Amino acid sequence: MATTYTLIASNTVGSGGASSIDFSSIPNTYTDLKLVYSLRGTGATTSMSALVSFNGATTNRTWKVLYGQGSSAASTSGSDTYFSEPPAASATSNTFGNGELYIPNYAGSSYKSANSDSVGENNATTAYQELFAILWSSTAAINQLTISLASGNLAQYSTAYLYGIKNS
Amino acid sequence: MAATYEPIATTTLLSTALGYTFSSIPNTYTDLVLIVQGSTVVSAGDSITLQFNDDTTSNYSTTGLYGTGSSAASYRESNTFTQTGRISTTQSTSIINIMNYTNGSTYKTVLARGNAPDSLVITQVSLWRKTEAITKIKIANQNNVVFSIGTTFTLYGIKAA
Repeated sequence: MATTYTLIASNTVGSGGASSIDFSSIPNTYTDLKLVYSLRGTGATTSMSALVSFNGATTNRTWKVLYGQGSSAASTSGSDTYFSEPPAASATSNTFGNGELYIPNYAGSSYKSANSDSVGENNATTAYQELFAILWSSTAAINQLTISLASGNLAQYSTAYLYGIKNS
Repeated sequence: MAATYEPIATTTLLSTALGYTFSSIPNTYTDLVLIVQGSTVVSAGDSITLQFNDDTTSNYSTTGLYGTGSSAASYRESNTFTQTGRISTTQSTSIINIMNYTNGSTYKTVLARGNAPDSLVITQVSLWRKTEAITKIKIANQNNVVFSIGTTFTLYGIKAA
């Protein structure tokens, strides 16, 4: 039987950090994409907004998030490429924010909806758990996926694994 | 290597429909994963509902946690249909996990994530209070509105060994 769940590519940030993690030339031979990530920022804050663009596009994006940060729960929305809130340099050392981004029918001709579930537990008073609903209002097939931070670089040992899932 | 995560069946609506039914689900997996992506023709936002093995009784309940984009809340429904995921007139994605679906000794638990960017981001747990194995899943939505052309329903099976 053909393999349903295949690793397309993996990225691990090396010494010195990196401004982004990029998956390009994503084949259109799968049905869904799943990105599994573990991120930390180098900026001097306890957390940092992580961004993911599709095909380099930063427009026609909307999102809603349901989140808890250890003392309350809330929901907000926006129109940028935000998808996670990992720890950064001022957070407990050696802690990374982990999560999954699932994109069904990424190569189809409909708009692209996705969900991202992420956590950033760091044994501190503030740690984010987030559930995102994401929409890219584009009918283009996704062939590139780029992760970056709103400020600063991705820290060494940040990882991202891109999987393809076939429905037949 | 034995396959762990396998597609069972998939369909893409070529015309609008009130839902879709997966029948004769094999009992050879441990868990099921149902992916629903698409939209409805009308209704600003709606819960996807699942009915198992033609059970139309009150053997279902749901607890949910959701965000609207400006507020967060939790709710529950007892003795009614399942609410698993979310769909709206904008492209939406729901990922629904049906755990241990063939176990003949336990009630069936469903864990769902619903993502309708113009409606809600939501997570739900549902319970079907029957111990029989699930062989049929009827998918619809709470307000009985039609799903749009192009909506996809895909069922995967996951093996524990």
